[in-house]
Amino acid sequence: MRHIISVLMENEPGALSRVVGLFSQRNFNIESLTVAPTEDATLSRLTVTTIGNDRVVEQITKQLNKLIDVVKVVDLSEGEHIEREVMMIKLKASGQMRAEIKRTCDIFRGQIIDVTPTTYTVQLVGASDKLDAFINALGSASIMEVVRSGVCGIARGEKVLSL
Amino acid sequence: MVVRALKDEGVKYIYGYPGGSLLHVYDALFQQEDVQHVLVRHEQAATHMADAYARATGKAGVALVTSGPGATNAITGIATAFTDSIPMVVITGQVMSHLIGEDAFQETDMLGISRPVVKHNFSVQRPEDIPTIVRKAFHIAESGRPGPVVIDIPKDMTTPTERYPYEYPKQVKMRSYTPITRGHSGQIKKATDLLLNAKRPVIYTGGGVILGGASDELTELSRLLNFPVTNTLMGLGGFPGTDRQFIGMLGMHGSYEANMAMHHADLILAVGARFDDRVTNATDKFCPTAKIIHIDIDPASISKTVQADIPIVGPAKVVLEEMIQLVKGSKKQPDADALSAWWQQIDEWRQRHGGRYRTDDSELMKPQQVIEMLSKVTNGDAFVTSDVGQHQMFAAQYYKFNKPNRWINSGGLGTMGFGLPAAMGVKMNFPDADVACVTGEGSIQMNIQELSTCKQYDLPVKILCLNNQSLGMVRQWQDMNYESRHSQSYMKSLPDFIKLVEAYGHVGMKVDKYADLEGAMREAFALKDRLVFMDIAVDPFEHVYPMQVPRGSMRDMWLSKTERT
Ligand SMILES: Cc1cc2nc3c(=O)[nH]c(=O)nc-3n(C[C@H](O)[C@H](O)[C@H](O)COP(=O)(O)OP(=O)(O)OC[C@H]3O[C@@H](n4cnc5c(N)ncnc54)[C@H](O)[C@@H]3O)c2cc1C
Ligand SMILES: Cc1ncc(C[n+]2csc(CCOP(=O)(O)OP(=O)(O)O)c2C)c(N)n1
Ligand SMILES: [Mg+2]
Repeated sequence: MRHIISVLMENEPGALSRVVGLFSQRNFNIESLTVAPTEDATLSRLTVTTIGNDRVVEQITKQLNKLIDVVKVVDLSEGEHIEREVMMIKLKASGQMRAEIKRTCDIFRGQIIDVTPTTYTVQLVGASDKLDAFINALGSASIMEVVRSGVCGIARGEKVLSL
Repeated sequence: MVVRALKDEGVKYIYGYPGGSLLHVYDALFQQEDVQHVLVRHEQAATHMADAYARATGKAGVALVTSGPGATNAITGIATAFTDSIPMVVITGQVMSHLIGEDAFQETDMLGISRPVVKHNFSVQRPEDIPTIVRKAFHIAESGRPGPVVIDIPKDMTTPTERYPYEYPKQVKMRSYTPITRGHSGQIKKATDLLLNAKRPVIYTGGGVILGGASDELTELSRLLNFPVTNTLMGLGGFPGTDRQFIGMLGMHGSYEANMAMHHADLILAVGARFDDRVTNATDKFCPTAKIIHIDIDPASISKTVQADIPIVGPAKVVLEEMIQLVKGSKKQPDADALSAWWQQIDEWRQRHGGRYRTDDSELMKPQQVIEMLSKVTNGDAFVTSDVGQHQMFAAQYYKFNKPNRWINSGGLGTMGFGLPAAMGVKMNFPDADVACVTGEGSIQMNIQELSTCKQYDLPVKILCLNNQSLGMVRQWQDMNYESRHSQSYMKSLPDFIKLVEAYGHVGMKVDKYADLEGAMREAFALKDRLVFMDIAVDPFEHVYPMQVPRGSMRDMWLSKTERT
């Protein structure tokens, strides 16, 4: 099963490499990974999506917790949560295709953020499967370049991940 | 600042080897007498000495090595400590901070290289942080599940002409690191109820009992309950080896009775043991009828390879103490009838195959005889360090450890070359104790240069080299799994060990006959102030038994070259 794990860690040099190293060292898989400082400059928040059975994911959270730089770990997939990912996608867009792409883009609530006579660059925000669906809807012929941010997530309701 | 911090930490000995990046630190060492430096002949030995000090005392040992090759030479020792959860602080020199990343002379990314084999590592960015970092390093190394910590110090952080405010913190608090101090009372209660209802229980304990100083509590609880106790290779000495309730080591080379008891148990109380693959054999066939209570300070050790029914996260000492109180306060008594039947069964296993080896089939001395003699000559009281191979298993099986912290070996990594430096680290700190290093002619050659360090610091350890003229453990596997194709498992051109040790200024003894063994060994131990190297010729064809059958259950074992369960 796919899990979204959020990690709050000391904003120190080397902290990120410890987390990434742990995943490769222990043969855990990483689907996506994002990291950035939080409102508290001494802390970073890292989100990793991974696939594994319950036993593996339990080991992942336990091993993450053991890292000295890691302050807190939650598996967001255990509760109600919201996930988002940003994608920018550059498409061949000329002639009739331009209108077609624009329509698809509207259906998915994408925004066209850059235009040339032959290309569109579209920004789309949503859960990863929505981004996948958009890519599938367009078909590979028109896609020139895709960049995705990786997943961020947050729990629903009043639950927070903080110190 | 580095030396002063070590002094304030109460460090007496550090083990190391100098080099360019550490010259400031070595100069500071020269100008004081509180922290004594021991000069090894290879950095790996420095780490093993520090490690063995920690294994014998529970306190973190300290090694000091220079950047580049010094640091990489230390890696094997750091990894050895890491896999066995041994507290250690390793200080590595580093090139000047402005040169880092430029492929400078003797630069290696020590933080990167050591990361997978340390509990934590630090890089000093500002000289004034040194005292706090040193304190944190010791705190992290020694608390919780212990482990090695590396402090990487760029040379310009130790410039003697620059002065900084110095204050050594008594305590450090880290919001991201708070080791657990006690177990969950509800879980402990549930576990105790199970203990009192068990019919075929086994207490299986490991290195965590030694590391956590919990042998007394373990012994008391086991006696209260009258349950059989088995130890992992790392747990030996946690329960008295000569006690009737002790059923030997378990696992791949565990005793017949321990492995049989585990397989048939209805309840297993695991304490500070991590269900290693050398213990469990195939996990899907592991102890099919047992419920498992698992006490460990590291939640990640619990249900990692074998699912626990009652997990208890906490220090063994505190949790066992709580269990003792519950058992004592309980109206319910352990099930005496069931236990008596269980003991009858175990004693029968014991009689059938326990601790047996053949002495009749050749003239040659058996390695087991040598260890039994060592146990006899030293009354089971010596510190015994070991290298890796058949001799290590024989030492584990036949030396009766009655006290904790006396059996010092590399279990998790299995590092050949560990034994001699480990013996040195112990002897240095326990000058009056008997310290024996059980080794093989293969392993001893991996750090034999340390005989020179022994001379310089007068370290009269006793080296028992069980010379079977082969990499016996490898050869055994080749005999059993590769139709005796002995690929690279024998050694031609073994040195004349006697001449070799004499050249280093020590005493050598060659023993070829069992009849001479006791006399020679007593003579060796009587030479209190000399290092004695006993080159003991043993049967080169001997195998270690029992040996679990690969991918089987605990009870599937070879018992000799021809018998199987
Ligand atoms: C040639 C060879 C053959 C071997 N054959 C065998 C064999 O037959 N049998 C065998 O047992 N081993 C054998 N080993 C050793 C094996 O590889 C493992 O090293 C060993 O089994 C691990 O022991 P352990 O489970 O006690 O764990 P350790 O590695 O000693 O780990 C200690 C555990 O205790 C926990 N702990 C630490 N402090 C505390 C505390 N205060 N309170 C509670 N818990 C704590 C830790 O978190 C950890 O889980 C062999 C090794 C070699 C080299
Ligand atoms: C550094 C290292 N290299 C290789 C091994 C693999 N290995 C395990 S036991 C062994 C043979 C050890 O030979 P010896 O020291 O003579 O002991 P014996 O088994 O003969 O008693 C080898 C090569 C190891 N454990 N450590
Ligand atoms: Mg040998």
